[in-house]
Amino acid sequence: MAKADFEVPVLKQYPEIPEIEPGVMAHSSPFKSKEEFQAPLGYPGTLVDDWQEKAIDKMGELLGRYRGLRVYLDSCVKCGSCTDKCHYYLGTHDPKNMPVGRQDLMRKVYRRYFTLAGKYFPKLVGAEDFTEEVLNDWYSYFHQCSQCRRCSVFCPYGIDTAEISMAAREIMDHIGVGQKYCNEIIGKVYKIGNNLGLPGPALEDTLEGLEEDVYDDTGVEVKYPLDQEGAEILLITPSADFFAEPHVDGLIGYGKVFHEAGVSWTLSSHASEAANFGMFIGSYENMRRVALRIREAAIKLGVKRIVFGECGHAWRVAYSFLNTLAGPWDFLDQRYPIPQHICEFTYDLIQQGKLRFDKSQNDDMVLTYHDSCNVSRASRMGDRPGGQFDIPRAIIRATCNNFYDMDEDTIRDRTFCCGGGGGLLTDDLMEIRVKGAQPRVEALNNVMQEKGVTHMAAICAICKSQFTKVLPYYGMDMDQIVSVHQLVSNALILTGQNTDEDEEEVADEAA
Amino acid sequence: MPIEVNGKSFETDEEGYLANINDWEPGVAEVMSKEDDLELTDEHWDIINYLREYYEEYQIAPAVRVLTKAVGKKFGKDKGNSKYLYGLFPYGPAKQACRYAGLPKPTGCV
Repeated sequence: MAKADFEVPVLKQYPEIPEIEPGVMAHSSPFKSKEEFQAPLGYPGTLVDDWQEKAIDKMGELLGRYRGLRVYLDSCVKCGSCTDKCHYYLGTHDPKNMPVGRQDLMRKVYRRYFTLAGKYFPKLVGAEDFTEEVLNDWYSYFHQCSQCRRCSVFCPYGIDTAEISMAAREIMDHIGVGQKYCNEIIGKVYKIGNNLGLPGPALEDTLEGLEEDVYDDTGVEVKYPLDQEGAEILLITPSADFFAEPHVDGLIGYGKVFHEAGVSWTLSSHASEAANFGMFIGSYENMRRVALRIREAAIKLGVKRIVFGECGHAWRVAYSFLNTLAGPWDFLDQRYPIPQHICEFTYDLIQQGKLRFDKSQNDDMVLTYHDSCNVSRASRMGDRPGGQFDIPRAIIRATCNNFYDMDEDTIRDRTFCCGGGGGLLTDDLMEIRVKGAQPRVEALNNVMQEKGVTHMAAICAICKSQFTKVLPYYGMDMDQIVSVHQLVSNALILTGQNTDEDEEEVADEAA
Repeated sequence: MPIEVNGKSFETDEEGYLANINDWEPGVAEVMSKEDDLELTDEHWDIINYLREYYEEYQIAPAVRVLTKAVGKKFGKDKGNSKYLYGLFPYGPAKQACRYAGLPKPTGCV
């Protein structure tokens, strides 16, 4: 782990609402995108000359396009309900990280140029010119929002700060002020097919390796097919599932579940990415372009169903927007949800009694579950309200003997973000990531102390990577974060699988 | 900010990754590791060389599992795990070892 050149928050037993420390995070600002990363997305490479005018024009366009944005900017009554709800405020104490503080960065500019009072009496209504100073504040603080929408749960008017931060990033991109992390990645999806830039042959090599590993482990030939035309299911999963740990253990689990279900499935090298960073930068056009790759792959491969792997914001895009972004999906099998989450798929099989588990395989762990923000607050699973909370937990309970939830105020629709979502999962934002993780890690620490919890499961690639990196700052181990389908993989008994007794026999014979 | 290696200047990006992988020479890894207060042993070089070979074939760094498996096969099973790699490269094999090897930084949700 890297040494921290900032103060890591101290974990407490009860959440404390901190005193404000104005401006303490003003220095936090991600690397700016360059021409080579801006151009493929259709944005200018550097700050344009008449940036102020262009930015105001863009804001006007967005206000007309998204009715919600104008309502959110108009309707705040400064009740204070949101002030202590953002993990970045709790972790940094910077009042501009209070949701209302963050919204006001845009609200004051909106009032100046789009309201009568702001045009004539700016000082009376807190309206301000869009100056370079304000722009710098935008760049800094709109990249200290993970668009997790926890604040909107507590706002009596339902003001969604995520929408405001998305709009701000979209406006900034249009005047040539983009963020390197998100924009470089979107370019890689266009060029290669996924966030990591894994070309087809590397995917193939990685998947072959997984087949070998699973065979060595179980004696069963579980396949991880790529670009297989005529397969029934197309699996869209974050490319981190191919690359990183514990993500890959989840991917191994999906393959085992499909194998046991007896369905044919495939991955696609063209659409080898579930993530859609177009949403993080608030760009409908880029979000659509990324999503259309899934449509193209589904048509080319002739699949009948689409299933999404463990990726939080991808599931928001998939569940909430896929139909309008990349539909109609009339060529898919209408008897199944379009699209379907891998957790729904696994849960259905469990309900039908089609999967056999040996829960004791997970007895080395005591689990808790981290609800990922986009799954919890922007989507659903199954056919009942709250399915997005209950289904992953039901899978964990079916595969593990030891499970405890964290404090009620920190789970389900009130879940705390991991601290790395919304395009912040980059090393140049490590301070805000570590500090923003504090409320979640605090709740985790409490169940570790009280219930003996050892591991936390999640269904989001960003959450998994974020915890792998930030847990060590709090004195915990990077491998305390696991994939839900890793637990499935551990416990699932494949038909014809070698048992531990077989292995002992083999060992005896070898001896 | 360029780095100086044997009197030559090498362009790097904001995060210290070599701008052009073809510029790489072993001295680059030496200079980068010295800045991190890390002494490169043969074990480090095994990993760096493997990363470069893999990159040449696939145009991307190997997945963590691919790397640990290859290391396990080549250098013994006890070394085929992330713990061993993090022991060598505390900032993470993907990020630190890739940087020393001149590879671009793996991007995405990793």
